[in-house]
Amino acid sequence: MIQVRRSTIIDAPVDQVWAILRDFNGHERWHPAVAESRIEDGRAADETGCVRRFRLADGGELREQLLTLSDRDHRFSYCILDAPMPLYDYVANVSLKPVTDGNRTYWEWSSSFAAPKDRADELARLVGEGIYEAGFASIQAMFGQAAPSRHSARAVTAMGDHRPLDGGAVVIERYGGPEVLRWERTVSMPPGPGEVRIRHTAIGLNYIDVYTRTGYYPLIQPPGIPGMEAAGVVLDIGPGVHGLMPGDRVAYACPPPGAYCEVRTMKADLVVPMPDEISDRTAAAVMLKGMSAEFLLHRVTAVKEGDTVLVHAAAGGVGQLLCQWARHLGATVIGTVGSLDKAKIARTAGCAYPILYRETDFVERVLEITEGRGCNVIYDAVGADTFLKSYEALAVRGHLCSYGQASGPIPPVDIAAFVGKSATVSRPNFGHYTGTAAEVRSICDRLFRALSTGVLQVEISQEFPLRDAAEAHRALESRRTTGSTILIP
Amino acid sequence: MVKVYTSSVIDAPADRVWATVRDFNGLPQWHPAIRDSRIEGNHPSDKIGCIRNFNLKDGGNIRERLLALSDYDFSCTYAILESPMGVRDYIATLKLSPITDGNRTFAEWTAEFDCEPERAGPLAQQIGQAVFQGGFDGLKRSLGRR
Repeated sequence: MIQVRRSTIIDAPVDQVWAILRDFNGHERWHPAVAESRIEDGRAADETGCVRRFRLADGGELREQLLTLSDRDHRFSYCILDAPMPLYDYVANVSLKPVTDGNRTYWEWSSSFAAPKDRADELARLVGEGIYEAGFASIQAMFGQAAPSRHSARAVTAMGDHRPLDGGAVVIERYGGPEVLRWERTVSMPPGPGEVRIRHTAIGLNYIDVYTRTGYYPLIQPPGIPGMEAAGVVLDIGPGVHGLMPGDRVAYACPPPGAYCEVRTMKADLVVPMPDEISDRTAAAVMLKGMSAEFLLHRVTAVKEGDTVLVHAAAGGVGQLLCQWARHLGATVIGTVGSLDKAKIARTAGCAYPILYRETDFVERVLEITEGRGCNVIYDAVGADTFLKSYEALAVRGHLCSYGQASGPIPPVDIAAFVGKSATVSRPNFGHYTGTAAEVRSICDRLFRALSTGVLQVEISQEFPLRDAAEAHRALESRRTTGSTILIP
Repeated sequence: MVKVYTSSVIDAPADRVWATVRDFNGLPQWHPAIRDSRIEGNHPSDKIGCIRNFNLKDGGNIRERLLALSDYDFSCTYAILESPMGVRDYIATLKLSPITDGNRTFAEWTAEFDCEPERAGPLAQQIGQAVFQGGFDGLKRSLGRR
């Protein structure tokens, strides 16, 4: 059971403070977190058992029931019936006492409740600061008292102050080289319906950001902000947003671009809360690649124990994750790599047979390793150079998954030829597997578990300040980076 | 039954104020009206049932028995056994509550007693102001932050 207790002094006689607080439906007039409130079933607000249904300024809805009310003791108690956050068995007491020395009022607000262990501290803080202290500050202000509490300012912010916020962003002025990335001051607007506002703590760098910048993928029309993934903290949420609370640690990887900024207001449905054991830096580095690896291995097809899997570019970002995870699933992993150093990286990631494709024909080598059977699943993001040969390395009833074309567009293929192996060929699109909140959460459940249990290891080799994004792009394009790169606001 | 209630705010953390007031024999250290005090029978001053015997600066002698002491609730309850005030069945409680806003202390001192009806008003005034408020003022002087 979590206990929260806060108390303060109000510079007004107890009767005056009580007159405000005893109205169980009156909090909409004085509490900054409450937008509107009504008593259900037309009952009186001082009838014990009555239920107040109210909406928070940030959109969440609650129902609370009045349990006791005493005009003699200046005290009432209530419990939560329904809330958007996991506060269980929540019972609260509000009690006023006169301070005879100065004709003021002592106000104590306390509660006990249960909550999921990993959210206990956060919820205790939310209740203590966002509800109780924020309420104190508001009543103090009504009686002309300068809020003495250093907590209250923070409390209001924690609940989301719904004001425009200044921030910085890296903006693409026009399509072009790294030099078109410019640091600019921007203003993030308060979240509208279905939106969330996030203060970024780490942003992932991906090759798609280069394509966004050059216009190779027309993902934005300049001027615009690139960036597909980031981690941070929720500042405030708009109406109708469920499952996210101000203060939550979150991460996302989804279109549209716009992650290269300090504070971002965006659609909330594809943003997921992060478990404590995964750091912001890891999440920013791994969301896009990790979610890809998850649906490639578990949803496009299901890799299982005993399979032989070929991963092209096995030392690349997604390649390493595919190797680690496929190996953990019990598959034998074969990979193609461009150099001896990359062969070592792939081997460390769980690739049993790294093939130096420049020196060795990978089809021959795969057939040798598999004693002529070929691979059950092949992950190919290289494209033009490898697609047809990958088909040659495929086993009967195998699955050839083409999830990119780094070397250029794949020439038209004759689907009738696939009958030679009863082959399945897929061309998955990230957005089609990660387009709904349910899918994203399901994917992230498995991804976060794989990260926290060490099945997936993420190496962050480079960090750049966000405003030096141009330098980060230069490093990425000149192949000077290894592992993952993140930008820090 | 006469009831007296006096409360105040002391600008010091509750555990510090409690460390001072929990000593049932410590009145002379902080209450301006008390000259000296001792615990009868050499008992420790936090033994429930112990009796403090103290002299007021104006000469009166009072004996009080400790009825309850809670380090958890920061509260202390006692009864008057003998005094020159003319009260019967006098029981008082001194209780502290932390004020989280500013790390201060809300102090309450309550008493219930019987007496001759015409003495009720003056006695309530004397106990509420000279004894309780006077004690709080003493605590503020010795503990309060400037």
